[in-house]
Parts: sequence; C-alpha cells; structure tokens
Amino acid sequence: MVSATPIDRHADKFVHLQGVEQAFATKQGRFVALRDIDLAIAKGEFITLIGHSGCGKSTLLNLIAGLTVPTAGALICDGREIAKPGPERAVVFQNHSLLPWLTCFGNIHLAVEKVFGAKEGKARLKARTDAALALVGLAHAAAKYPHEISGGMKQRVGIARALSMEPKVLLMDEPFGALDALTRAKLQDELLKICEATRATVVMVTHDVDEAVLLADRVVMLNNGPAATIGEILPVPLARPRDRLALAADPTYLACRQAVLTFLYEKQRHPQPLAA
Amino acid sequence: MESSAPATPSETPRPALLSGKMGKEGQGSDALLRLVKAVLPPLLGLAAFVAIWYVATLSGGSGIPGPVATWQEAVKLFGDPFYRNTPNDQGIGWNVLASLQRVGIGFGIAAAVGIPLGFLIGRFDFLARMLSPIISLLRPVSPLAWLPIGLLVFKKADPAATWTLFICSIWPMILNTAAGVKQVPQDYLNVARVLALSEWQVFTRILLPAVLPAVLTGVRLSIGVAWLVIVAAEMLTGGVGIGFWVWDEWNNLNVAHILIAIGVIGIVGLLLDQGLMLLAKRFTFESR
Repeated sequence: MVSATPIDRHADKFVHLQGVEQAFATKQGRFVALRDIDLAIAKGEFITLIGHSGCGKSTLLNLIAGLTVPTAGALICDGREIAKPGPERAVVFQNHSLLPWLTCFGNIHLAVEKVFGAKEGKARLKARTDAALALVGLAHAAAKYPHEISGGMKQRVGIARALSMEPKVLLMDEPFGALDALTRAKLQDELLKICEATRATVVMVTHDVDEAVLLADRVVMLNNGPAATIGEILPVPLARPRDRLALAADPTYLACRQAVLTFLYEKQRHPQPLAA
Repeated sequence: MESSAPATPSETPRPALLSGKMGKEGQGSDALLRLVKAVLPPLLGLAAFVAIWYVATLSGGSGIPGPVATWQEAVKLFGDPFYRNTPNDQGIGWNVLASLQRVGIGFGIAAAVGIPLGFLIGRFDFLARMLSPIISLLRPVSPLAWLPIGLLVFKKADPAATWTLFICSIWPMILNTAAGVKQVPQDYLNVARVLALSEWQVFTRILLPAVLPAVLTGVRLSIGVAWLVIVAAEMLTGGVGIGFWVWDEWNNLNVAHILIAIGVIGIVGLLLDQGLMLLAKRFTFESR
C-alpha cells in the first residue's frame, strides 16, 4: 500500500507478519503504537528496522520475540504462530541483560543447557558454550563476571548467548546503541562475518542509518507514531561479504543511505526539532 | 599530626596517581602511615570515653564503679565463665550462650517462615495487597507486647521468649525479601522468558540469586533486632540468659557486672553484625 516495494517478491515467508496491531491501555485511553504491519522475512535474510525514537521499533521486535501479544493480526515463524517467547527466537537485548551473578561462560551455558541439555551430554554442552565464546572472540574472558568486562564485551557475550541457542531468528534490539563508535564498528564487522558464516535470519532494531544500510538485505522504515506503520522498505543490493571501507565511496551504498536519510529527515521529520 | 612528622624522601612527592607505584621503602612507610591513620581515631575515641568515665565516677557518689574497678571485676568474671552453681547462678559464658541459642531458634523459625512468605508477597501482587494491612499494623508493635500471648499459649517462659524473638525478627525478613523480589529487573525475567525457563528454573536460576543480597540484608536486620529484644525479654522471663543476668545483678546491686554485661552484649551484637556483613559480601554481585 504505502510501500512501493513488492514484498511478495520474497516467496519464502520464514517470518510472516500479517495486519499486526499493538495497542496499550493507558490512563488517557487506548493508545495504538503500531497498526497494519505486514512484513515477510525470508530465511537467511538480514532486516534492519529503523525509525525515530518512540515509533515502535522495539515494540515490533518484542512482538516477533513473543514477549508481548499483538492486539490484532498474526505473527508466524517457520509455519507456526508466535504465541510466547522461546529460544528459537533468541533476543539480544539493548542493555545486554547478562545475569551479574554468572560468569560469561555461565551466562551462555545457562542458555545452552536449557536448549540442548535434554539430548546432549555435559561435555557437548561445554563445547557448545566454548564455541559460542570463541565465535565472538571472548574465549579468554570465559571466567570473568559481567562487571569485570567492558560494555562492548558484554554485548558480545549477549550475542554469543543468543547464537549459542542456534535460533531460527536472531532478534537484536539496538544491540550496539550504548557503545562508542569504534567499538560499534568492530562489532558490526564481527556480526557481518558471523551472519555470513551461520546464514542466520536476523531482525535488528537500530537508529543508526549507516548501521542499518551496512548490515541489511532490506531496511524497514517505520513512520512516526502513534499508530506507526511501515513507511518504506528499501532493498540494499550490495554484494556480500561487505567491506566498510570499500563501501564508504560505493554509489549504491550512498544512494541507499541517502534514501534512508530522506525518509527519516524529510518525509518523517521528527515532531520536535532535533538538537543536532 | 602526620603532617608535622618528618617526611622521608620517598614520601615527599605524593600525587595520588603515583602513590601506588612507589619504591619498596616508600610502600613500607606508606603502609605504616595508613595503619596509624586507621587505628588512631578509634583508639583516641575509646581513650576519651574511658577518661570521661573515670572522671565522672571519681567521687564515687553515684554508685557506678570506675573503669579500673570494672576491669578488675571483669578479669575475675572471665577467669571462670563456665561455672554452674545453681540454675540461677551460672557463669557469664553460659548466659551468653543461652541468649544466643534463643536468638538462633527464634530467628531460625522466623527465617523459615518469613523468607518464603516474602518471596510469595514479592511475586504475587494479590497476596501483597492482602497481607500489607496486617503487616503494616503489626510491625510497629513492640515485640514485648507479644510476650504475654506467648506465655499464655506455651505455658512456659523459655518458648515464650523464643516466640517474642520470632515475632520481632520476622518483619525485616518478609519486607526485605519482598522488596528484593519486586526489584528484580524486568530484563532478567525477559531473559528467562526467551530461554523458556520453567517456573522452578526461574526461581532457582534467576530469582534466588537476584534476591539473595536483599534476603541477607533482612537477615542482618532481623538478628540485630532480635539481639536488642532478647535482653528485655529475658529480664521478664528469667532463667538463664544475658538479659536475666543483668536483672539478677541489679537485684544484687552489683553494678560492675551490669556494666560488663553491657560491654558483652555490645561486643556480641557487633560480632553478629560483622559476621553477617561478611556473609552478605560473599553473595553480593556487582550489578553493572
């Protein structure tokens, strides 16, 4: 409808959102955060969700995670309705959400044990945990507690925990939002490598235009709330593996970036003037 | 004081950033200085206290013995802390142990009831709202008001005292545990939901470790209150115990023993508190 992009081109509807609406009861009455969300995500696809703050990006992610239930519409993952959260849709939370009384190893092992503990032996579970830590380059920090490591490392443990569950879909809620620019770039590159190696299906919420374009196969742009809808869907036709430096001058990359910027700052100018 | 002391060469440059990486000799005298700084104020305070006590009791008119006389009594008393003449005439060691035992039993039962109850109140809002008026009403009541009820129900002094301790130590444990459960960050519970942990796993893997520091705070407050109340309770119930002993020595007009008992009660209370503080530190995690 609003979107010019034919979403049906992706025949593979691995994650399928149909007419999703999310409303909350508030003191001022019913508040509709999201409405008419239709989106089909193919297996192995990397989707980034972008929009101004408060537009309902995280709300949409929570719906796919199953942490909240939509007030209307249906969400389907791999042919099954999403009714509640589960390890098949692993979440990397905005603030890492590591359990502070467990070591990095312990945090990941808890997830591994829950998902694979029923059918695999102790040694195999430990191997899985070690592999997840190695995947994000943190094998040396296995015995450290969350408060002993940096913010970037914590977020890497969060990613390792999510990946260790071998999820069907990896959901990331502004995972790098709290990090400095250099650490963020490093983790984006690592994530690109990991996703290319694991062929993971990813939905990532971000407010960073460069991040959205660099990582995504398609950038899903949300209108401003309340009652936000999908404004545009931008395919990013850049070959993988992607190289940050080479892309910096790539015309396709720049055109994509420009399209997202235009959407955010012209079509969807934020109600309040931005301080930047 | 330390500024007037002659500074050794290694001490002269003392910027905060460098002090950690000083030479070996510098470190030695630094450690000594730190020790003096740490020990001097409390020692001075104690000395001043004893001096005031000494001066105030110099005339002897008040009937309160001075520090010297009290010290001599204490030496005698602690020379044989574990004697047993009659049920009402036992060494101070037995009295302290009897009080500690009562506190242990009363507190133990209170913990067994109060901590699970606190968990339930923290987890289920309905229960919290159901019990909150009762708790709010009963909590400010002096536990000694419950002593007659205990005497009536148990017909004996000893369980009545334990009952009083139970009452006084249950409130901090209920309230702290409940507050701790309520303050478990939603993030942790979201993690639990994404991992699809069972209710029992949520309890053992998330809630219990997250709430343990708050529970230990409740335990510490409870023991502190119980140790305050035991003295008064034993004064009323009699038998063996440090509170009874204080009252008995008052009847004997042995004021030096009362002063010693005050010191002993203070030291035992301090040890209990410090011990539990250490325990709490062991189980507290950095939340950042």
